[in-house]
Amino acid sequence: MLNQPFWRKHRVAAAIGTLALAGTLQVQASTLRIAMTAADIPLTLGQPDQGYEGNRFTGIPLYDALVEWDLSQGEKPSGLVPGLATEWHVDPQNQSRWIFTLRPGVKFHDGTPVNADAIVWNVGKVLDKASPQYAPGQIGNTLSRMPTLTGAEKIDDHTVVLTTSEPDALLPYNITNLFIVSPTAWQKIFDAVPTSAGDTAARSKQAWTTFASQAVGSGPFKLEKLTPRQQLILAKNPDYWNKERIPRVDKVVLIPLPEANARTAALLSKQVDWIEAPAPDAVDQIKAQGFKIYANTQPHLWPWQFSFLEGSPWRDIRVRKAANLCLNRSELKSYLGGYMAEATGVYEEGNPWRGKPTFQIKYDPDSARKLMSEAGYSESKPLHVTVATSASGSGQMQPLPMNEYIQQSLKSCFFNVDIKVNEWNTLFTGWRLGAKDPSAQGVNAINVSAAVTDPYFGIIRFATEKAFPPTATNWGYFTTPETEKLASAVKHAFTPAEMDKAAGELHAALVDQAPFLFVAHDVGPRAISPAVTGVVQPQSWFIDLSLVSKKE
Amino acid sequence: MISTLFYRILLAIPTMLGVAVICFLLVQIAPGDPLVSVMPPDASEAMRQTLMQAYGFDKPLPVQFMHWLWRALHGDLGMSVATGRPVISEVMSAVSYSLRLALLATVMGFVLGSLFGFVAGYFRNSVIDRLASLLSVFGVSVPHYWLGMLLVIVFSVKFALLPATGGGPIGETGWQWDWAHLQFMLLPAITLSVIPTGIIARTVRSQVADILSQEFIVGLRARGLNESRIFIHVVKNAAPTALAVMGLQVGYLMGGSILVETVFSWPGTGLLLNTAIFQRDLPLLQGTIWVLALFFVLLNLLVDVLQTSLDPRIKRS
Repeated sequence: MLNQPFWRKHRVAAAIGTLALAGTLQVQASTLRIAMTAADIPLTLGQPDQGYEGNRFTGIPLYDALVEWDLSQGEKPSGLVPGLATEWHVDPQNQSRWIFTLRPGVKFHDGTPVNADAIVWNVGKVLDKASPQYAPGQIGNTLSRMPTLTGAEKIDDHTVVLTTSEPDALLPYNITNLFIVSPTAWQKIFDAVPTSAGDTAARSKQAWTTFASQAVGSGPFKLEKLTPRQQLILAKNPDYWNKERIPRVDKVVLIPLPEANARTAALLSKQVDWIEAPAPDAVDQIKAQGFKIYANTQPHLWPWQFSFLEGSPWRDIRVRKAANLCLNRSELKSYLGGYMAEATGVYEEGNPWRGKPTFQIKYDPDSARKLMSEAGYSESKPLHVTVATSASGSGQMQPLPMNEYIQQSLKSCFFNVDIKVNEWNTLFTGWRLGAKDPSAQGVNAINVSAAVTDPYFGIIRFATEKAFPPTATNWGYFTTPETEKLASAVKHAFTPAEMDKAAGELHAALVDQAPFLFVAHDVGPRAISPAVTGVVQPQSWFIDLSLVSKKE
Repeated sequence: MISTLFYRILLAIPTMLGVAVICFLLVQIAPGDPLVSVMPPDASEAMRQTLMQAYGFDKPLPVQFMHWLWRALHGDLGMSVATGRPVISEVMSAVSYSLRLALLATVMGFVLGSLFGFVAGYFRNSVIDRLASLLSVFGVSVPHYWLGMLLVIVFSVKFALLPATGGGPIGETGWQWDWAHLQFMLLPAITLSVIPTGIIARTVRSQVADILSQEFIVGLRARGLNESRIFIHVVKNAAPTALAVMGLQVGYLMGGSILVETVFSWPGTGLLLNTAIFQRDLPLLQGTIWVLALFFVLLNLLVDVLQTSLDPRIKRS
């Protein structure tokens, strides 16, 4: 684990003969050690917490979903691939029903079959308040990501229907977040909870807590040992149904290390092989010691979201466009050591949902000043705007230096920017409450980064009336008849080709209206030992640990 | 003696109740959403309301407080919102790690601090005094986390002698008193010991200087006692104060090592508090603060009793 002191190496050398002999008898187990940014092990009971880092390290390795993300390549944005379902389509008779055909022969780690009953049971854990497995602690992180899901019903052992509150073509994307656990394993634990523990809800709660340390899924890794707040050990599942995803390493050890410098020290001292988000100022040192930095564009947006309330200066499209043209993203990127992608929309060129916006976002300060002059502003009469941001926070990258750079940049185009710094939780509570809330008084833009994994989370929730606060996060109350019409078309685009076309049109309409100052996409840097090979960093929040090998 | 002890215990009860009220209210009025760990930021307000009901955060504050206090008095500190695990087991596991670390750091601090303090006090205004005083000022002034990072760079990154982070070897649960585990504890303990070293050294130095200038020392010398016997008298007179400072330091180190435990990812109460604060995990936060306060009160009680038994003047008063 650690580099041995010099004097101990001699003892090790003396034992080489024995080890060499032993080596011929048994193959050394390979263990991949990863330091996460989370402060605790993400929940292992099926629906992880800790945002997408939870899905990345406890959801995807331990469990399967009906539909999964393609994490096998990094050249193009990740798309959907079959998971536990081999095929899915909307019911032609009723577009609020999605029919899934299950993969035959898949078994949970406890040997029980993954069938339609198991899927219905797992939907019940977050929707069916009457069922014993109903887990209030899991619904927040689950239903928020599948807002239209209303239930599940079994057709036969290999066919299941998921129902939605309205026709929703985005459901297959949403259910990548619904991880399927073994009902049999949970039931055994539930039955073992004494009735004296309380009513069904209390016993269920206790069963889920126990299940977290004895989790049973059907994923490429099995849970071997959970030490809360210290480490989670996953073991290879050699019987995984997808032979291409049978893990190359024997074990993965996940360690929570929330402090960036502690993660960096752990990597440099070879205590771990892989760290998420290295300390930015240590990247050169990390590279100099032979470690590799992996980064790729994530479906993430770091924007200013404008207010469209009466009296907001951002209601003038010339002002919105001027801000977007005045920002030198390339220079900002160099300030961040190259660890950002320049945002010219929610989705960039090469993404099937990019479309063809007519407003080309680039650095053109002359055009920006011209637009500002047309809007009635000048150097002697600048426009005062206030943006709310945080000093730190998940996905916020480096909010203060970035906002200060924007403040400087926009100054040359007659903007006078005030930055109002909030505590992170306060900021996103305000984000949910919207620009009309008293907490947003005097603020006409908000800087909250967002996951934009699908067209609902990337566009619709920022551009339709249904997403006005407090229902969703259209903080600035932006909508146009065109975005409403196109959003409805996205919801009814039931084939991949239709989806790409509809989402592209909606995205183009959004960019043309510029309801955001598009600034950056995160690239999720991670530093990894050269002994670790086969790392594929997809254009995704997630990564497939089963593809990774390690030379011991 | 027994009546003193009884009186102290009686005094501890309203203290604990006061701490319970303060920690409950402070945690409640802090900004942020208590459901942040179980609900993503883009969750709807309706979802938020549903979860507020499920976790009982929609009830009036006095009701929540009484409910929490009643359960706490029965040893149940509730369940962590973020993990669903019982708060009491989380806290007690963390307390065992912090206690181990705090005790080692305090022993280091006590031994070194007393040594520096006695030497400096005995050889006042000499080079040794100045050197010892310089070290104690350094101890009091140096930022913990900075020293911790420095030690990690030197001993872990540069020379790979000790682990940089963690509470034990990979694959092992719990604690054992062997080198495999102890090596994880050394750097955080050294880092933590610097402040008690400085404080105890300064206190002992002034105590020793004060005792040496008292008439009974002149009397002892006049009676022909040698310096080693006089030294024993000085130690006996300085011990109660040093002990009181040490007791307080254990208390501070139990709850005041958030930065050090975070730098070293030591799974103690500091790291637990850090996690609870950032996750707005109210039951965990309240439970941890309360248990730490309880330890503080108990430690003070213990120190009082020890002082009383060591110093006959206190016993008489």
